[in-house]
Amino acid sequence: MDSILFIQLLNGLQLGILLFLLSAGLTLTFGIMDFVNLAHGSFYMLGAFFCASLTLATGSFWLGALLALPLTAIAGFVVEKLVIQHLYRRDHLEHVLATFGLILCIDTLTHLYWGPEGIAVPLPAVLNGQIELFEGVVFPTFRLLIIGTGCIVALGLYLLVNHTRVGMLIRAGASNRTMVSALGIDIKALFSAVFALGATLAGVAGMLIAPITEASIGMGNDIIITTFVVIIIGGIGSMKGAFLAALLIGMIDTIGRSFLDDFFKVLMSSEAAETAAPAVSAMLIYILMAIVLAVRPQGLFPPSSR
Amino acid sequence: MRWFSIVLLLILAIVPPVAFITGHAFWMDLFTRLVVLAIAAVALNLILGYGGLVSFGHAAYLGLGAYAVGIPVYHATYGGFDSIASYNGFVHLGIAIAVSAVYALVTGAISLRTRGVNFIMITMAFGQMIFYAIVSLETYGGDDGLTIDVRSEFPGINLDNPLALYGLCYGSLVLVLYLVYRISNSRFGLTLQGARSNEERMRAIGVDCYRYRLTAYVISGVICGYAGFLLGNFTTFISPEMMDWTRSGEIMFMVILGGATYLCGPVIGALVFILLEHLLSEITVYWHLPFGLLLIASVLFLRGGLAGALSNPPWFRKDRSSALASDTSTAASGTATKAPTRADDDV
Amino acid sequence: MKKLITALSAASMLTAPALFAADEVKIGFVTTLTTGAASIGKDQENAVNLALEHIGASMGGKPVKLIMADDGFKPELGKQATDKLVKQDDVDFVAGYIWSHVLLASRKSVLDAGKFLISANAGPSPVAGKLCHENFFSTSWQNDQTPMAMGETLNQQGVKSLYVMAPNYAAGKDMVAGVERTFKGEIVGKDLTKWGKDAQLDFSAELAKAKASGAEGIFVFYPGKAGPAFIKQYEQAGLQDSLPLYTVFTVDSLSLPKLQAGGMKGVLGSQMTQFWSPDLDIPANKKFVDDFRAKHGSYPSFYAAQAYDAIQLIKSAVDAVDGDLSDMDGMRAAMEKADFPSVRGEFSYGNNHMPIQNFYSRTVVEDADGNWTTTIDATVFENHQDVYAGECSL
Repeated sequence: MDSILFIQLLNGLQLGILLFLLSAGLTLTFGIMDFVNLAHGSFYMLGAFFCASLTLATGSFWLGALLALPLTAIAGFVVEKLVIQHLYRRDHLEHVLATFGLILCIDTLTHLYWGPEGIAVPLPAVLNGQIELFEGVVFPTFRLLIIGTGCIVALGLYLLVNHTRVGMLIRAGASNRTMVSALGIDIKALFSAVFALGATLAGVAGMLIAPITEASIGMGNDIIITTFVVIIIGGIGSMKGAFLAALLIGMIDTIGRSFLDDFFKVLMSSEAAETAAPAVSAMLIYILMAIVLAVRPQGLFPPSSR
Repeated sequence: MRWFSIVLLLILAIVPPVAFITGHAFWMDLFTRLVVLAIAAVALNLILGYGGLVSFGHAAYLGLGAYAVGIPVYHATYGGFDSIASYNGFVHLGIAIAVSAVYALVTGAISLRTRGVNFIMITMAFGQMIFYAIVSLETYGGDDGLTIDVRSEFPGINLDNPLALYGLCYGSLVLVLYLVYRISNSRFGLTLQGARSNEERMRAIGVDCYRYRLTAYVISGVICGYAGFLLGNFTTFISPEMMDWTRSGEIMFMVILGGATYLCGPVIGALVFILLEHLLSEITVYWHLPFGLLLIASVLFLRGGLAGALSNPPWFRKDRSSALASDTSTAASGTATKAPTRADDDV
Repeated sequence: MKKLITALSAASMLTAPALFAADEVKIGFVTTLTTGAASIGKDQENAVNLALEHIGASMGGKPVKLIMADDGFKPELGKQATDKLVKQDDVDFVAGYIWSHVLLASRKSVLDAGKFLISANAGPSPVAGKLCHENFFSTSWQNDQTPMAMGETLNQQGVKSLYVMAPNYAAGKDMVAGVERTFKGEIVGKDLTKWGKDAQLDFSAELAKAKASGAEGIFVFYPGKAGPAFIKQYEQAGLQDSLPLYTVFTVDSLSLPKLQAGGMKGVLGSQMTQFWSPDLDIPANKKFVDDFRAKHGSYPSFYAAQAYDAIQLIKSAVDAVDGDLSDMDGMRAAMEKADFPSVRGEFSYGNNHMPIQNFYSRTVVEDADGNWTTTIDATVFENHQDVYAGECSL
């Protein structure tokens, strides 16, 4: 039981890392540009598709992922220039409406270009196996890679945000937008860069999940709501909040899926438990969000000043 | 705008029955769905347009209203739960309204403690909770939904007759529009709008905004639940899918597309939304692409929605673009809609 | 208002076009043409077109008009598409339906309008039992049957304990119920995972549980895109040596090429049960599979086989009445005979219009050309009838 608990914690960690990659970009665009981007998940999907088709074309996952990175960034940049840029000054409702339109467009274009099937991503043999971490605990190598990559990205973002000039602007933008633009900073360029960065991070998440599930249409829409839950719980605009909340959600979701039915079986008949457990474990993160919002509307770890 | 609204309502009164009588039953179906969703959108507009409260969970009420028909009918047909088993439409209506009101009161009391984007997300969270709760109700089909074998029975009106059903839906729409018109021009409605544009001022003059908002939220939820009751009777099939967040989004889009704060805006929005969806999907299975482009274009080029464009055409309008800073700060202060508030000449 | 309606209806009587007897056979086919599940719909569409090609697009001497409709993987949209086919296009037959919930949502629209409804995949228990209908026919199976055959296969192979996984929706629950009905060993664990629009595709937690359970085999049902996802993770978790894989409707001709491209060798040797297989040695099937492969370069899936049969079934009905589409009784009687060259070979219909047919166990292998496909090992059930037939009042 101890080893399975440990494995589930690792699984939760891996899911959390993935959610962090997605929510980092979302919380940046939300915190700095005050922009609600429902289409954020589309970059997750694009990253997966770019990586998948390039992997098949080049025969190497590493090369595919490496080439997919700039492509996703360019996609983010183009979308920002074409549509998003013109929306910053509108209200949240219009953001939601326009980015929903974007989702429909990007999904359909993906369908037209890659077909409806979805693409499986072959992994090099090194990554396709398992590693025995210690006695009795065997874990898929690739999932460890996800955890590792996520930690490196998190560290990189930490350094970027806290120790560079761009990071300073990002922090300043998150806490006081008006002031940054008043200081004569080229806010347009900053916004474009931040948006493209966010899109790339989402793309990385897509590249990492594609070899586990596959690149498929609509995969971004499946996860975007969970990502919103993460940034709301973490506190909008807060990178630290996004990180901790992503791990929290990843853990809660995984632990709920693993142990809730056993737990319910103690309380009720096993038949009722089988019905209730999947429903409740699906609800868990929403319940958590509602509680957090009701008790602490600014989120658990809001940026220092808003 | 006033004349346009009257023309719109006349079209809705005449076209569908004529289509039905001349053998185009499908168009009648399309319009029935349209009118039902328009009621839901008008209900949402009461809090979104006038109250500035963006609820992203209104589809839950559609579902609750529909299940208030489906569950009693299920038990009346297959036995069990005698206390609610019934074909009687008044019972269904009563349950729909009572359940919607209670759900709105409970979730509203919690949700209204938050503002702006947090309000959007918490209403969505409640919507998702009720979605998964219904999914787990295996007796009523769970994920697969529930077929309503018998429509609500009312004395003197047979809802199996599509004309009668449409008449009921259309009449309900007109009634709901009148109700929202009265509310928005009442002291209550004006206070609600005041709370939207300047909460501090309202508080300074001693108004408890929370209570006004909660009342509006419950009224909106009940109307939407009523729309769900109609929807259940129309589709004779209900599934949790109906209360999914994308459906909440669709209702929201109808409101914004048509023009929030305009009384008939949501009706225009529903009309354009449903007709576009139908016509484009006739042309190609890839209709999401042109539909998405139109959505983006409508946001980029139509301020205040279609109703806004109709009463204030874009080609007459001066460019009102202001400094980025001042604009973003208003956006940050909440999700106040920027469309003009002129409830008096919106009819 | 009443006056207005009377006046309008009078006017419409004068202007409404007289209804001519239809001089074509209109078939509506509802399947999934958008979303990730569109590959299934595409496969069915290809099969339907192949069937029409094979019969010269004519039935009972009349040309056939095919109208494809998209259900968007949602019951509500499926019902709307069905309503449109019935009310606007006035089709004579509505066929298709991949998903149980879409079929359950749509059946009333078709049957109330007095049209024939042919399911080319979905077989939820209600339509076989309480909700059976004289105008409903299936060219597939009832959901429980295939997993029941799997339970029997497991017994024959001496598997004593089993871990079960399926998505949490009607068909998923039917599949689990099916395998539980025949499997004599112990079910040591069961997971019903989130399904629908934001379906769960990462099974790490469940696979860890399955591994820890010490079961002798794992039974799964994951149709569509979840199938390949599951199998990849199954392989990545290194379970193929310790926990043999038994599937129903998870590994098919749509997922195998993808799995092969992805190098997922873990699926080779896994077992499944089905009413049909591409290598089934029957002339009609050979023709279907060969022509399908020649045209599309891949093996047809079972979805395609059922869609192909649906068109053949309709043809047998229209032929029997010489194209007189008003003769519902004649067409119904003809279909009840199941007298057409089915790709599964001879079968018959039960009282509930569900096929009484053989079920085979199959293994995933590499064929002579190096393509991954399935071959038949044994016949598990002969002329098997679903268990809900008794609940049907027909």
